[in-house]
Amino acid sequence: MGGWPVGGRHLGVAAFAAGLALLPLALPNEYYLTVLIVAGFQAILTLGLNLLMGYAGQVSLGHAAFYGISAYTTGILTARFHWPVPAGIAAGIALVLLVAAGIAVPTLRLKGHYLAMGTLGFGIIVYIILNEATDLTGGPSGLTGIPKLKLAGIAISSDRDFYYVVWGVVLLLFLLAQNLVRSRLGRALRAIHTSETAAAVLGVDTQRYKIGVFILSALYAAVAGALYAHYVTFVSPGSFGFHASVQFVTMVVLGGMGSLWGAVAGAVFLTALPEVLRAIEDYDILLYGGLLILCMMFLPGGLAEGAERLVRAVRLLAAGRPPAASERTR
Amino acid sequence: MASPSDLLQYVISGATLGSTYGLAGLGFTVIFNTTEIINFAQGEFVMLGGMLAVFAVRWGGLPLAVAVLLAIGLTTLVGVAVDRLTIRPVRGQSVIVLIIITIGVSIVLRGAAMLLFGKDTYPLPGFSGGAPIALLGASLLPQNLWVGGITLCTLVAMKLYFDRTISGKAMLACACDRKAASLMGINVDTMVTLSFALSALVGALGGAILAPITLTSYDVGILLGLKGFAACILGGLGNPFGAVAGGVILGVLESLSAGLISSGYKDAVAFVILLTLLFVRPSGLFGRRAAERV
Repeated sequence: MGGWPVGGRHLGVAAFAAGLALLPLALPNEYYLTVLIVAGFQAILTLGLNLLMGYAGQVSLGHAAFYGISAYTTGILTARFHWPVPAGIAAGIALVLLVAAGIAVPTLRLKGHYLAMGTLGFGIIVYIILNEATDLTGGPSGLTGIPKLKLAGIAISSDRDFYYVVWGVVLLLFLLAQNLVRSRLGRALRAIHTSETAAAVLGVDTQRYKIGVFILSALYAAVAGALYAHYVTFVSPGSFGFHASVQFVTMVVLGGMGSLWGAVAGAVFLTALPEVLRAIEDYDILLYGGLLILCMMFLPGGLAEGAERLVRAVRLLAAGRPPAASERTR
Repeated sequence: MASPSDLLQYVISGATLGSTYGLAGLGFTVIFNTTEIINFAQGEFVMLGGMLAVFAVRWGGLPLAVAVLLAIGLTTLVGVAVDRLTIRPVRGQSVIVLIIITIGVSIVLRGAAMLLFGKDTYPLPGFSGGAPIALLGASLLPQNLWVGGITLCTLVAMKLYFDRTISGKAMLACACDRKAASLMGINVDTMVTLSFALSALVGALGGAILAPITLTSYDVGILLGLKGFAACILGGLGNPFGAVAGGVILGVLESLSAGLISSGYKDAVAFVILLTLLFVRPSGLFGRRAAERV
């Protein structure tokens, strides 16, 4: 990172926003809009997960469960109990925050592997509950009849409207994450990532920050889940299992841990890829596994690092010098 | 209210299942002790043990004993390959990198098994017939005895290996202090590879002996791996005997709750125990509070 001129950060975001606003006009048909909306949900979740993985150095294999809890909570409250949509969404998010705090406190007291395993177990518990509590969730066949999104009395019914809502939220949460990363909190998190012991010695309350960022990342997942439920209007457990959690982790790793742009890029890329490669349908999980291993071995900074290296190489070439093969970024 | 013979039945089937969790947990322990890596692909070794044995019988027409040995041998080779191809090249990287790589490995192994063997569930014949033996009103399959016996033998063999052989002691030395071990002339790389091989072997053994009881499919590895890890935590991470004891306790609790409460939630039991334990006693039932190495 760095290398942006002063104000470049805002310039980048502004260009991104403008691109987003104009994109629907350039799309040949509605189908692409649907793909982009789905990519938007994934991008929101990936941004949050990236804060956890890239800045706090922790892996969660249960983020699909937060996504699911939120989607199901608002789905059940609005479809079965006829709550207004905003109240349902608020309840979903609140429940996720509570649950996340309940998981974070025991598992983050320990180091490294425990959160990954704890969240993996948690994800499976939630998946089992979604399948078994048939009276409430509709069981394996899912929950239908969730109303479309309604904001301040205005129904968001067309795909185009929904696209603007979702990507508006992405942008908002992106800015929030960006500010956070540049704040005292962000510095503390990076210190924890580099060396937890050193950070603690320097007076960083590592426990509190790790728990905080975990809950924040769950919040991102909850927002994504609530939007998802009110877009698709149908939820079933299959969307929130282990497979989905792995997919989110792959998006973060592929995009580049510790890069917010990377998080969005990873989400969009991996959402669009299976659409392009229809043939791999059943085997996309193999692709995720392979990507995880290869990225970690050869491009630990993901797409973000790849792009940065490319830009650097092009600049050096333009300056008439061959790029040094051994040069490492950052 | 369940009768005493029902309870005995639950305990028998739980202890059998739990032995496999224990063997998976043992595998976690071996790798963790030499490398401080939690190998997320451990459950896939268990899956491979069962699936490869099934297909050695179905496709190769091999006798059962040969098929099981072949499956264990192949899985051990997979363990070695995992270390050589994916772990060694990134040695010394941060924990998160290693976690993600082993997650990737587990997904690739599972996906490969799905491609190769399909999504169906397969049985493996029992090692010595299927006629149940009546015991105080409960019935005991010969395979239950096989599982119990083989798990005990494995534990004894591990104990002897770590106590009596040079390579076992060298592996323990790596666990205590890698740098010091390497200064003493121990080849740490070899020991790490060996620990992956041993862990794959133990996991595959568990998978192969369990398959006649529970059936097997390409995706059993996630749950078995997780329960193996829960067994480790229950027994205290790093303590092989704790892992097996933890596995048996976990299996019995799981089977009791399935019988007495609801079978739908039986898989959740292990994780509720895991999370509770992490909360109240992270060092496990038999573990001492570990001092943190800086």
